[in-house]
Amino acid sequence: MNYKKVIWKRKPLIKNRLLRIGLILLIITYLLSVFLTTEIDWQRILEGIPRGKIFIFAFFPPDFITRSNEILAGIFESLWMTIVATIVGILISIPVSLGAAKNIAPKFVYFLSRGVITLSRSFQEVILAIFFVKLMGFGPFAGMVTLSLSTIGFFAKLLSEDIEDINKSQAEAIKSTGSSWFQWVNYGVQPQVMPRFIGLSLYRLDINFRESAVIGIVGGGGIGSTLNTAFDRYEFETAAAVLIVIISIVMIVEYTSSHLRKLIK
Amino acid sequence: MPIIKQKDYKTWKKFDRKRDLQNWLCWFLGTLIFSFCFGLISSKTIWFYVFDSHNEALDLLGRMFPPETNYFFTLIKPIWDTLNIATIGTTIGTLIAIPLAFLSANNTTPSKKFIRPLALFCIVSSRSINSVIWALLLVAVVGPGVLAGIIAIGLRSIGFCGKLLYEAIEEIDENQIEAIEATGANKAQIMTFGIVPQILPAFTSISIYRWDINIREATVVGLVGAGGIGIELDAQIGDLAWAKVSVILLAIVVAVVFSEWITAKIRKAII
Repeated sequence: MNYKKVIWKRKPLIKNRLLRIGLILLIITYLLSVFLTTEIDWQRILEGIPRGKIFIFAFFPPDFITRSNEILAGIFESLWMTIVATIVGILISIPVSLGAAKNIAPKFVYFLSRGVITLSRSFQEVILAIFFVKLMGFGPFAGMVTLSLSTIGFFAKLLSEDIEDINKSQAEAIKSTGSSWFQWVNYGVQPQVMPRFIGLSLYRLDINFRESAVIGIVGGGGIGSTLNTAFDRYEFETAAAVLIVIISIVMIVEYTSSHLRKLIK
Repeated sequence: MPIIKQKDYKTWKKFDRKRDLQNWLCWFLGTLIFSFCFGLISSKTIWFYVFDSHNEALDLLGRMFPPETNYFFTLIKPIWDTLNIATIGTTIGTLIAIPLAFLSANNTTPSKKFIRPLALFCIVSSRSINSVIWALLLVAVVGPGVLAGIIAIGLRSIGFCGKLLYEAIEEIDENQIEAIEATGANKAQIMTFGIVPQILPAFTSISIYRWDINIREATVVGLVGAGGIGIELDAQIGDLAWAKVSVILLAIVVAVVFSEWITAKIRKAII
């Protein structure tokens, strides 16, 4: 018996050996530099663990009853805020997304709209909320403006990508009938992006509700304010109840919106 | 799509009468809900402040310009911290998301009745609590600083990555697994040679996408004390040093555009 043993080996992920080793070295140096430059106070963490235990146990049992009025009011406020903000945000993002589609808009409008989208996307909702609360005073109105503006970045970006992917011949057919620009958009473009439009609106509704829970922390109204007040009063049982309510509502919204999206498809 | 006959000519309309009425009813109900909700919000708003907000905005802009450019050099460390929070947080999040995704995917879960709902619950609860709220909780436990931010971002990423990853696992091609099985492979070998290569592209694109989101999220966890550029932002807003705040905002825009550029590059290199 004299045969050469053949062993199969899986191909490496990156073919170039130099690149592979280089990448590994790069990652190691990055991790080392992170480790060296971040101060982690182990003493504080050791002290924090028993404190954290007390803190976490203070959440149990969740107390829905004592502050039930505030919790309910907060949830409803969040819901109103979410609905209004989603509708307003979508209404503003329709022209922006038309402007940000390469195949529809002239160059100048295209860059302007892209700029609006990038600006709206780069600031987290919480940062925007801080400024709008300062400008417009505490309450759900500032939260609503924040959510509508951050809807633009998300919605217009994804919708404009869909508009860029439309079937050109359909749009051209409408144009050849001598339609005006608005007729062309309404009959040639709109029907093609409608399924995506509905899907995105439902998805954004879901996101806006979740975000409304945080912008309340900086004064934007809604369930976040209830949560923040509960923390400030050291009523952790109530805070736990609020968190559980948020989780369950998000679960319900998620299931219904995924179900609706399947129905529409 | 009906053609309607008038007295002496025909016109085309997009919808027939019934569909028109339905559409009209939907619009009517939508407007009704919208105005009802808006009414509730406006009853809680002090309109004087809202109508005065443009003056306030002009005043604020006046204070923000010109930005204090020298201040940028003290920002380098917080920006570095922010990038680290996002990167290490994403790594931790994806590492924990992988086993969770396998436990919650319909075709790989060990028990559909018991473990799958539990894993799904972990994913959903991580998704529904915003990273700022996670940070708020963690600052109390591990103390203010970068570590709390990293854990908060990590915990938040688990749900996102876990959800997208388990959907990817559920969509894999079963034939390939059967082929590996036919060679007499055991469970672990099926996993490494049958499933992992199929979900690897999805996994990389998910983690890059999440990293991009996390850069944004990492800018705000500092507002509750969890490290990064948010701490500076909070401090400067507290000091009403608006000329410094504008520098911070510029830095955030630059960081976000930079991360978007990098993700686009990596995505192009991989695909």
